[in-house]
Amino acid sequence: MLKYTLKRILQAIPLLIIISILTYLIINLAPGDPTAFFINPEKASRLGPDYVANIKHHLGLDQPLHIRYFKWLGNVLRGDFGESFFEQRSVMSILWEALPNTIILSLVAELIALIVAIPAGIICALKRNSIWDYIFSTISFIGMSLPTFWFGLMLILVFSLKLGWLPTAGMRDNFDAFVFTDRLRHIILPAIVLGMGGMAANMRYMRGAMLEVIRQDYIRTARSKGLSEKVVIVKHALRNALIPIVTMFGFSIPALFSGAAITETIFAWPGVGRIAIEAVFSNDYPLVMGNFMIIAVMTVVGSLVADLLYAVVDPRIKYE
Amino acid sequence: MEKLLDIRNLRTYFYTEDGVVPAVDGVSFYIKPGETLGVVGESGCGKSVTSISTLRLVPNPPGKIMEGSEIIFEGTDLLKLSEAEMRKIRGNKISMIFQEPMTSLNPVFRIGDQIAEVLLLHQGLNKAEAREKAIEMLKLVGIPRPEKVVDDYPHSLSGGMRQRVMIAMALACNPRLLIADEPTTALDVTVQAQILDLMNDLKKKVNAAVMLITHNLGVVAESCDRVVVMYAGKVVEEGDVYSIFEDPKHPYTVGLLKSMPSAVGGQDKLDSIPGVVPNPLNLPKGCRFAPRCNKAMDICREKQPGLTVLGEERTVRCFLYNREDGVK
Repeated sequence: MLKYTLKRILQAIPLLIIISILTYLIINLAPGDPTAFFINPEKASRLGPDYVANIKHHLGLDQPLHIRYFKWLGNVLRGDFGESFFEQRSVMSILWEALPNTIILSLVAELIALIVAIPAGIICALKRNSIWDYIFSTISFIGMSLPTFWFGLMLILVFSLKLGWLPTAGMRDNFDAFVFTDRLRHIILPAIVLGMGGMAANMRYMRGAMLEVIRQDYIRTARSKGLSEKVVIVKHALRNALIPIVTMFGFSIPALFSGAAITETIFAWPGVGRIAIEAVFSNDYPLVMGNFMIIAVMTVVGSLVADLLYAVVDPRIKYE
Repeated sequence: MEKLLDIRNLRTYFYTEDGVVPAVDGVSFYIKPGETLGVVGESGCGKSVTSISTLRLVPNPPGKIMEGSEIIFEGTDLLKLSEAEMRKIRGNKISMIFQEPMTSLNPVFRIGDQIAEVLLLHQGLNKAEAREKAIEMLKLVGIPRPEKVVDDYPHSLSGGMRQRVMIAMALACNPRLLIADEPTTALDVTVQAQILDLMNDLKKKVNAAVMLITHNLGVVAESCDRVVVMYAGKVVEEGDVYSIFEDPKHPYTVGLLKSMPSAVGGQDKLDSIPGVVPNPLNLPKGCRFAPRCNKAMDICREKQPGLTVLGEERTVRCFLYNREDGVK
């Protein structure tokens, strides 16, 4: 298993380099010029082209694309992701500050998704074609189809503006100390919005997996042993039905980070997703690159975690 | 001799979208303590449904054991027990092994834990004792290195070994009755005989009766004391194994025996019964075997034959032996 893990990590290196080349290319091809922001029109007309060239040189944009890329790569290999054009701070410090916020939001969202999806999926499978099956299935189809931005705004409209129960945005009201209830009130809405898609999908997976498992011969064996229906379902069936869900969890890690971009923007949540969106809109190349590389690493790690978890929950899977 | 299990007029119907399927339609037979009863018939004749009905494991819906059926085990009608009382019988006094050893064990639990589970449930052993007993059972069913296999997962064993594990699990609580539903069908021919020998051997050791469900008459000849032949949800003939093989009465039984390959006979071509088992949604009006029967008479297509008692423990459902006793 250790050997397998090391092999996978080594394989990830060329993959990440290719991702970085493509991302670098695409961002630089995107319309817009970061230097425009720094040009003072009055100075520009007074000082002429030298002034603009100076700004370009200052931002490192006067060099050809491939030179810039290799410079960037060289710095990254030394652990330096450069400085944000606009915040005048190192990309790493910006992201390190935002990352915990995103992780908290993502984990709570995933937790809500699983807490709802697993029991609901089980009920749907056991009471197939019952009224509960139809209700949960409808909820899950709606959940999968709702656009995040619309759903988020609707929740804000209802629970923040009309009912006034929860705050509209941000991560906290109290900036002096950590108050648990304050944080909790702020995280509920964004976590529901972010977790909705995963919840809907997991509910369907759970229902399907459970339906598949309860038809299996070993479930009949379990019943023939005299086990109660509760033990048959919770121990013998669920343990098998959770295998695909656990695997999905690994794959949903990167999805939670990229999906967080829209949710974080709507709820003004200070996480990496919102930073990514702002960075893209303002052509802040170093910040975009840092951000995307985090998502790329998460994706690679997530799929590795998924594969390793698979071996943990299913004794039939062994990695050499 | 007292009967261990006495099934009377068992009817198990399935309510499907296309209509009601009378998978088991008025089946009666009994098993005496310690004996092996073979239940024989083609696929779809209702033998498996009879076996899972005995343990009340018919999936409901769509299946339902109908009013008026009786399954009397050690003097109590199992159909009148509560679900909790029934659970105390399953895996304890009546246990079952299935056709598919490859899929009948739970893939995510260790073999020892799956055997120990019944011991913890029914025998009140603690974990250490149950593990010891599980190893002992594995040794009993002839699994090499049981101390190691006890911690293995099912996927590391072959089909024959898994069926041995199933037998170990089924016999762990010294059941009075073992129901074996086609226990050797899915196995290699070379392994089939081993498994049958093992079952015959162990049933004597624990003094259990066996309901052996099979379509293989060779298996019946090898292991059974008495035989019940089923066709389309009904018992068509019953008798001790000797008279069934020597002097089959029902044309269906005769056909089954003729279609059995023989190692010594040197036949060029096997006989077969023409046609297929009737569609259970659209059963013939008279005798259900009549459309395939080479001795069918007019009455066979009009009325259903009743059971005719030919002698002690010997019955047949055919107009050839009793032309009056027809039921509509």
